[in-house]
Amino acid sequence: MDHRPQAWGRPRDDIYGAYDASYLHSNGPKQATQAPIVTGTSVIALKFKDGVVIAADNLASYGSLARFTDVKRLRNFAGTSVIGFGGDVSDMQYLDRHLEDLAIDEAYDTPEPSDATAQGHLNAANLHKYLRNLMYSRRNDFNPLWNQILIAGLDSESKPYLASVDLRGTTFTAPSLATGFGAALATPIMRRYAETDEEASKLSREEAVDVIRECMKVLFYRDARSMDKYSLAVVTKDGVEISETEQLEKQSWAFADRIKGYGTQTV
Amino acid sequence: MAAMFSQNPIMNGPNYSFNDAPRVNAPEGARQHRFDPYTDNGGSTLAIAGADFAIMAGDTRSTSGYSINSRYSPKVFKIGGTTSDQHDATLVLSVVGFAADGEALKEKLDAICKMYRYRHGKAMSVEACSRKLSMILYQKRFFPYYAYAILGGLDEEGKGAVYSYDPVGSCEREQCRAGGAAASLIMPFLDNQVNFKNQYEPGSGEGHALQERERRPLTRQEVEILVKDAFDGAVERHIEVGDGLQMMVITKEGIEEIYLPLKKD
Repeated sequence: MDHRPQAWGRPRDDIYGAYDASYLHSNGPKQATQAPIVTGTSVIALKFKDGVVIAADNLASYGSLARFTDVKRLRNFAGTSVIGFGGDVSDMQYLDRHLEDLAIDEAYDTPEPSDATAQGHLNAANLHKYLRNLMYSRRNDFNPLWNQILIAGLDSESKPYLASVDLRGTTFTAPSLATGFGAALATPIMRRYAETDEEASKLSREEAVDVIRECMKVLFYRDARSMDKYSLAVVTKDGVEISETEQLEKQSWAFADRIKGYGTQTV
Repeated sequence: MAAMFSQNPIMNGPNYSFNDAPRVNAPEGARQHRFDPYTDNGGSTLAIAGADFAIMAGDTRSTSGYSINSRYSPKVFKIGGTTSDQHDATLVLSVVGFAADGEALKEKLDAICKMYRYRHGKAMSVEACSRKLSMILYQKRFFPYYAYAILGGLDEEGKGAVYSYDPVGSCEREQCRAGGAAASLIMPFLDNQVNFKNQYEPGSGEGHALQERERRPLTRQEVEILVKDAFDGAVERHIEVGDGLQMMVITKEGIEEIYLPLKKD
């Protein structure tokens, strides 16, 4: 029996073998994120006449467990753009801190940040390119930030700008974008209203917000990792309006009655 | 890794981008999830050189697995102009495969061409640029840019020039080349229609006595129609190709950009 105080409460070496403290040593191969742990689900966004609407629910899941139910996944950047994060939440929070620093540096360089289109100030298009380079260099180091990100705002010509970047640094832009489950469920609905940039430029703000709300409802019906409380932001040349306490309204689960053949139900 | 760049379906299954589930070659039960730095964003490119022009083309669809990311995501870029709007560019680069690598490759080559112009006071020749591109690709031999690049321009004599590459920098000047998801569908069509392969003079004999149809450079109008037909065919038979066709026509007057719609299904 090992009676030394430093062994109290520890598994006995003669039964369990010596404790493997190798994980405490900092030499040896570096561990990078190999899989996302706490995750956020879809982010959806749609361009309209003079801006972009973007939404994401307030849930952070731990596998299938609804772990954190008040997580804000939309982020205001310098009062000119909104960034929506899907994927790993800790990587999102790292990026959030990083972008906060960037915004502060920017504010010092250009003291008057009220106008989103001011020359020399970071607009959504610039921010997208910055995040692309960041994500791509992290993937080149085999240490990715496990997110898919939507960037909503205005470009250098004050036209609505919406783009995506993911953990591999892949980028694309479109009149409507969605990450995760939203790519399958929300994109077809949004494309009905804005297939092209031209069609998007005819949408009013109210129409765009309605379409986004409808998509959030469809996602809540069918995405098991989603929630009925969500954040919704509208970016225009007048700035950013984020509401982080939206609640899905007018839900109808009548369709659920007709779903048969799952779980314990046999007929 | 070799199988990754192969177009041979027996080596890595059908060439769809959703084929990137972690491959298990560990002992029974052992399984480790690892980050895969590559994906395939689909799409196809095509380049044809004429007597005094070159046409570079690519579809504008970007895919991830079965979903369409964007219907307008260009793969064909002007390279080496004085400014970012590339109004005085003389070279065109097309990249297809993994879009993030393609974009990075384009940015790098563009920066090098711009530095060359700044230092030498003239645009980079297509020959020089083709060598440089080969170097850039080979420098990442053991973590390659997973992109099939094609470089187009006019050579020193004013003839159309097309240089094609594999992801690690092997390079060849050719009359025509198709790249990307539908390369295997388009290339045989091009062999027949551009290089007149398997075309013989009617009634010139049988077997070895058959005379090949004489090759001649195609006109610009013929090539434009050929490109559209090639893509219409590819769209019909490959799910990752479609939405729009972007064409860059390089002549001594400059680069003309043409956009034509393709089927969106």
